[in-house]
Amino acid sequence: MMENIFGFSISPSSAINMDKVDRALFEELCRVEPDAVRCMACGSCSATCPAAAFSGMSIRKVLLCLQRGKEKEAFRMMSNCMLCGKCTMVCPRGINTRRLVLSISRIYGKEDTK
Amino acid sequence: MKEIVVIIGGGIAGLEAASKLLDLGYSPIIVEKSGRLGGHVARWNRLFPDMTPAADIVSELTERTKGANIFLNTEISFINRLRDSYNIKLSNGISINTSYILFTTGFSLFEAEKKEEYGYGVYDQVITNGDLEQWFNTGEDHRISGKEIGHIGFVHCVGSRDEKARNSQCSKVCCITAIKQAIELKEKFPDAEIWCFYMDLRLFGKKFEDFYTKAQRDYGIHFIRGRVSEVSENIEGKVIVKAEDTLAGKPIKITLDLLVLMSGMVCSQDSTKTAGMLSLPVDSDGFLKSSDNVMHITSSPKNGIFYAGACTGPKTVPETLAEARSAVLEIHSHISRK
Repeated sequence: MMENIFGFSISPSSAINMDKVDRALFEELCRVEPDAVRCMACGSCSATCPAAAFSGMSIRKVLLCLQRGKEKEAFRMMSNCMLCGKCTMVCPRGINTRRLVLSISRIYGKEDTK
Repeated sequence: MKEIVVIIGGGIAGLEAASKLLDLGYSPIIVEKSGRLGGHVARWNRLFPDMTPAADIVSELTERTKGANIFLNTEISFINRLRDSYNIKLSNGISINTSYILFTTGFSLFEAEKKEEYGYGVYDQVITNGDLEQWFNTGEDHRISGKEIGHIGFVHCVGSRDEKARNSQCSKVCCITAIKQAIELKEKFPDAEIWCFYMDLRLFGKKFEDFYTKAQRDYGIHFIRGRVSEVSENIEGKVIVKAEDTLAGKPIKITLDLLVLMSGMVCSQDSTKTAGMLSLPVDSDGFLKSSDNVMHITSSPKNGIFYAGACTGPKTVPETLAEARSAVLEIHSHISRK
């Protein structure tokens, strides 16, 4: 990378452009986990997550990131999941979040190795 | 002598009230400003959450009010208060003397062009919930027909919960209407992606939450929490919608072929005008003020004057019908006490 000799730089845009988001993998995920879209963003999962306080893990945010094309951010959070299943216990929509984490890893991980 | 009750407004509240008054042996007179009965419901296609055809409801109600006196294309010219009755002069020259007036004057749909930033009346891709229902009914709208529709957006709370638009109230039914219309559009354009931009989803009624879940799970409709900030047009004739995805905390942008604005319910000007003839008070939300918002929602502060339906605030169809029945019962007890 070129050294920054001017003392300032341009930050990449954090805006989400839905026109450029490829939804194919998320749709594949929905076929296996149709309840994934029923999340109403209540935040119970993140509030109970033992990893959240230390790592920023939040299955709610993971789901949102995947839908907005921010896969890298989702994986960074998900790598901290310990699969304890507390989030599944508290989810008011009855989403099997623990299984969801495993399904995400399987579907999106498959893409990584291609 | 059969007591006369004048019903102002031939929408569903007026029709239901007239039919119940007939059942009780009174003689209702409906005064309707337009040339047809059924009000807003007559312009709607299907109703949530069971997709009941709106036409069935209007025709059933019209059938039941056959015995009533109905004046179409008629307005109230003026109302004089006599000692213990009212003298109503209609625009067709007829004058009626009655002790009981029922306001079923309903609401108006918010004029979406007032929210300039959404581009209604500016861009051809932007329509309202009312336009969409009309298209469901007639199949004719140059903004929808004959176009390739791949991406559709819905904007909730247009003119509702908006103090700058002078409507701080929630219009109550648009959340569920947007979900209903999104499902209907998905059925018409199965390959389309549909996005709903909302601030809150207020799904209070029977089966509403199930309907919402169904929209997400079975129809794949997407929900983005954030109010649309502006709409612009690109060179290909599509509209670009900008908002903040408040759950992600990031600005979001999407290009759409069709944008539906969920216009809210506001008080109708005719309703306030007629109420003004009797110096009836208007509530802080602009709708007619009941004598009490808990116990006496159908009573006005004036003797012999009653309200039913959306003239006192946004209401669903079943709520409006229930209120019409309740107002009739109230009138009935007044007459029986005489």
